[in-house]
Amino acid sequence: MSRLLYLLPLLIFAVIAGYFTVPILTKKDPRILPSVMIDKPAPGHDLPALLQSKPGVAPADLKGGVKLVNFFASWCGPCRAEHPILMRLSAEGAVPLVGINYKDRPDAAIGWLRELGDPFGRIGVDADGRAAIDWGVYGVPETYVVDAGGHIRYRHVGPLTGKALKDTILPMVEQLRRGEG
Amino acid sequence: MRNLVLALFLCGLALPALAVNPSEMLEDPAQEARARELSKEIRCLVCQNQSIDDSNAGLARDLRVLLRERIVAGDDDAEIKEFLVERYGDFVLLKPPVKMSTYVLWYGPLAVGLLGAIGVAIFLLRRRGSDTASVAPAPLSDEEKRRVEALLEEQDGKA
Repeated sequence: MSRLLYLLPLLIFAVIAGYFTVPILTKKDPRILPSVMIDKPAPGHDLPALLQSKPGVAPADLKGGVKLVNFFASWCGPCRAEHPILMRLSAEGAVPLVGINYKDRPDAAIGWLRELGDPFGRIGVDADGRAAIDWGVYGVPETYVVDAGGHIRYRHVGPLTGKALKDTILPMVEQLRRGEG
Repeated sequence: MRNLVLALFLCGLALPALAVNPSEMLEDPAQEARARELSKEIRCLVCQNQSIDDSNAGLARDLRVLLRERIVAGDDDAEIKEFLVERYGDFVLLKPPVKMSTYVLWYGPLAVGLLGAIGVAIFLLRRRGSDTASVAPAPLSDEEKRRVEALLEEQDGKA
């Protein structure tokens, strides 16, 4: 019994070392924060339209059907990187995309969409970044899955990847649809 | 000498660059001081080991401005922190709150230190106990006494 007692410090060390090592080995990015907004209603901001041809984003627009809400800016490099994926989603008609243009110059944002294509069904302008703060955004791009009731169900930080879509986001969209259908 | 004075003067001019922009500051010095103190406790979500008071990130600036608006609107510090925690979680506070899920964080080191101290105390008590009881030197046997005397005599002879 007292022999085992001598092993106790080693055991405690092993537990602590494991606690710190596992996230490194599983390559979990510690900078990606869990959202505290999950399952809460999406913040109700009335965001003006970026384009004359497309509506902006009002709180009511976030209800009625599962959708992705994507925060983007023309000055953001990773947004450019994820853009082809948004275009593909839009072409496939997999899920409606709502764009929120974060702290951008309208002319720069419009030019950016003209150059790369516009995957969004509606685009709201968040000129001062206040809506983003209410969503808990801490850097663009961020993408949210919003359910038909207008609740935030998932947050993806950083550029969307094909893998994230296939493994997590699209299955979740399907599941939310089935749950409501 | 003059050069030295000049150099010292120039060093004085080179103040650390502050993230807080004069245009953000509140007119009321008391409120501004409160804003500075509070913003030192809020984590910048972009450069995560800095407070928003230190950080030059755009989001940090937005949060500083927001915080000042709330101060002007009459919110107290707890209300402002709660507002931020609702959006960004407890992580936004540089000093984590004491609650169930953070007990290990707050009291863990104390518990480990206490366990260690108890361990050391037990170890020392045991050793002292065994010192007095069993490790007291046994008296020399007759044979040993004879050898000691022989050695001592030998040494005396040499000297």
